[in-house]
Amino acid sequence: MKLSFSKADEKFREEVAQWLNDNLVEEFAQLKFRGGPGDEHMFPDERKKWEAKLAEGGWIGIAWPKEYGGRGCSIEQQVIFNEEYARAGAPGRVGHIGEGLTGPTLIAFGSEAQKQRYLPGILSGNDLWCQGYSEPGAGSDLSNVRTKAVFDEAIGKWLITGQKVWTSLAHESDYIFVIARTESGTKGHKGLGFFLLNMDQPGIEVRGIKQLTGTSEFNEVFFDNAECDAQDIVGKPGEGWAVAMGLLGFERGVSTLGQQMQFQNELDEVIVAAKNNGTHKDPMIRQRIADAHIGLKIMRYNSLRMLSGNGDDGSLQKEALIYKLFWATWHRDLGELAMDVLGPEAEILSAAPYELSRMQALYLFVRSDTIYGGTNEIQRNIIAERGLGMPKDIRPTL
Amino acid sequence: MEFSFTDEQLMIRDTAQSFLSEVSTSSAIRNTMGTEHGFDDNVWQRLCTQMGWQATHIPEEYGGFGLGYVELVIMLEQMGQHLFCSPFFATVCLGANALLVAGTEAQKQHYLPQICNGSLTATLAYTGSSGKWDAHSVDAVVLAKDNEYVLNGVYRYVPDGHTTDVLIVAARNSDTSGQSGISLFVTDANAKGVTREYLPTMDQTKKQAHIVFDNVVVNEHALMGEYANAWPLLDKILNLATIATAAEQVGGSQQVLNMSVAYTKERVQFGRAIAGFQAVKHQAADMMLRTEVGRSAVYYAACVAQEFFDGGSLARELGEAASVAKSYCSDGYFKNAGDAIQLHGGVGFTWEYDVHLYFKRAKSSEMFLGNGAYHRERVAKMLLD
Ligand SMILES: Cc1cc2nc3c(=O)[nH]c(=O)nc-3n(C[C@H](O)[C@H](O)[C@H](O)COP(=O)(O)OP(=O)(O)OC[C@H]3O[C@@H](n4cnc5c(N)ncnc54)[C@H](O)[C@@H]3O)c2cc1C
Ligand SMILES: Cc1cc2nc3c(=O)[nH]c(=O)nc-3n(C[C@H](O)[C@H](O)[C@H](O)COP(=O)(O)OP(=O)(O)OC[C@H]3O[C@@H](n4cnc5c(N)ncnc54)[C@H](O)[C@@H]3O)c2cc1C
Repeated sequence: MKLSFSKADEKFREEVAQWLNDNLVEEFAQLKFRGGPGDEHMFPDERKKWEAKLAEGGWIGIAWPKEYGGRGCSIEQQVIFNEEYARAGAPGRVGHIGEGLTGPTLIAFGSEAQKQRYLPGILSGNDLWCQGYSEPGAGSDLSNVRTKAVFDEAIGKWLITGQKVWTSLAHESDYIFVIARTESGTKGHKGLGFFLLNMDQPGIEVRGIKQLTGTSEFNEVFFDNAECDAQDIVGKPGEGWAVAMGLLGFERGVSTLGQQMQFQNELDEVIVAAKNNGTHKDPMIRQRIADAHIGLKIMRYNSLRMLSGNGDDGSLQKEALIYKLFWATWHRDLGELAMDVLGPEAEILSAAPYELSRMQALYLFVRSDTIYGGTNEIQRNIIAERGLGMPKDIRPTL
Repeated sequence: MEFSFTDEQLMIRDTAQSFLSEVSTSSAIRNTMGTEHGFDDNVWQRLCTQMGWQATHIPEEYGGFGLGYVELVIMLEQMGQHLFCSPFFATVCLGANALLVAGTEAQKQHYLPQICNGSLTATLAYTGSSGKWDAHSVDAVVLAKDNEYVLNGVYRYVPDGHTTDVLIVAARNSDTSGQSGISLFVTDANAKGVTREYLPTMDQTKKQAHIVFDNVVVNEHALMGEYANAWPLLDKILNLATIATAAEQVGGSQQVLNMSVAYTKERVQFGRAIAGFQAVKHQAADMMLRTEVGRSAVYYAACVAQEFFDGGSLARELGEAASVAKSYCSDGYFKNAGDAIQLHGGVGFTWEYDVHLYFKRAKSSEMFLGNGAYHRERVAKMLLD
């Protein structure tokens, strides 16, 4: 157990910092510290251009193996990249779903043809992806999806019909991955398929959903015989669940470290606000700010432990998702702290009709952190069942 | 960067675990905790001479193994988990650390080999009756007189102070307050003018003493560090001890979780094991979260402590890392121990089940060296003032 980075890694850190410093200028300067949670709808076009800039520098897919066009970075280097990225205030990534979820999933489960077809577009920063998992009847209970996929022999394509909901950034995306039922009459984990679809087709309609922030970052997506090429099902028909779950495993990667640096920026803003209005002298606020700082520090140690080992060697067990439960709850508390620091000023909007300040947006948006990516309750179930070997909940037989 | 154990460290953990599960059984704990002495001399001698744990992080030149603070923390975690009753913490985490941080070369050469061969125990006495843990808590007074020092005052909450051979004490010049004017001395615990009294405690697994210094005269060789300017050193010693306490707390948190999971899997109500009820599962999940999060904080702090001894760049984080670990682990252990009683139902309220021993340890360790709020305020000072 040792914490210091090697000389080579420290050099890599300088390289990353230098590149960001050189490139986060001119048209991109305005993107600094933008596009994070609660701010994801801002500057979509500029942020897409930023993706291309990142690609040019070879900074997309740094974790991917070299044979697929990635950089093949070590865990340490990924840690460093994410830390420096957030330290520089580089903008929230619009390409994160493709890079962090689609790519690794295709590399692990995809056919050679799928890799050839889709990986380059992700690496170039050109193709943006969204995640078509949740449905009105399938939230926490994801396996309850009803969207159907039928193979049409005549045209040699899958036809997808149904509805997805809460689909983040669907309105900005070029592609969507969808779980749908390939075998009618099946229930639960069986009979599902994992499909890759082009968003730009008549069979798909996207409707924005207005969130409690007044902005619109997620959507409903309707499928009416939307087409998917025969070769674009990942894994075999009926075996989509394994792919879908494999993908969720990638959600807990190194990118969480970048997220923490962004949390740090938010906490810093809260501290500045407290110093400005004198609440930093209030003993209760002092305790809560310190607590937030402590939580964030430990969050970093959690990720380092999670990335370091196999769970039996002092590292953090990956299957017991304390990680998500911890950060989501921490972030929610930070939002509340931000408001309590501001006091009555917290209520006053930046402008009518409903323009939120960054701290207000933070406060409202964090209410979703304990919901998406598995709610806190679902996390606790997983921790108890997989982490502690406690019995599963009783559910009606399928 | 490697934030997991090496094979050697894993071996230390496993050895510690198997030794402690042999010597620190429930009945062994109960036998020793009821005594004023507070530990089993035979077990302590076995630990010192066969296992050599007390010599873990003491450099080889003083007869130790020259391993690191991470190795020490691994053992402490196990001791906390097994509620081990011994003068280990006092001797190693207070005594040896104080000597390593503040001792003169002569003092190190005199005392450390004796600690390493198991013939000497030691502790640190610095807090008076104020109930505080920072520099203000030092209220014993020192008077310098012809190469001698006269010490007067009262020390409270001194770990194992009634049994250790050696006392390391803090005292201040009479006209000073706060961090200024503090000196450290090492003295024979039976020196003339020292009265040591056992303080019975709610947590019987950790012993405390009340010590009175009445015109105790020590010579110049007893002075550790710089006269009237030892707070910076004492602060480091306390940070190291704080990290050690947090390590014990993580072990305890883990144990009450283990006990609760095992018990609720066995206990049947409403026709099924109560471990199957979500209200029980979710409490257990939160207990696991608190344990693992605390563990991350402790392991990080252990690495920082190691860098402190090695002169690494993270050494500057020592105070912060100690407070991060201690605040989180204090609150986490106490909450876990309370939840464990709850999950055990009526039997958790009995003397017979061990849960209450951990519940009591959780509180005493929370108080010791500053509770969560105290350490959060230390962090707040770093951030806000
Ligand atoms: C901002 C945001 C962005 C999102 N982006 C996407 C996206 O891009 N793609 C996508 O597919 N989905 C997305 N989601 C959807 C998200 O994954 C779901 O909201 C989440 O899985 C919860 O499902 P639900 O909303 O249907 O709530 P439900 O599952 O109906 O849950 C309601 C409440 O019941 C609790 N509950 C449910 N089951 C249990 C149980 N077994 N035990 C105890 N309590 C239970 C839940 O914890 C919750 O508190 C997004 C959601 C949000 C808020
Ligand atoms: C000080 C004291 C005095 C008492 N005096 C009396 C007395 O005079 N007369 C008398 O008859 N009894 C008495 N009792 C017994 C008391 O009523 C029981 O302890 C209590 O009903 C709990 O039962 P249990 O101890 O068997 O715990 P259990 O029922 O085994 O419960 C253990 C844990 O599991 C949880 N649990 C159990 N079932 C569920 C569920 N379905 N869903 C979620 N969680 C669940 C419980 O909340 C608890 O946390 C006394 C108890 C105490 C502590």
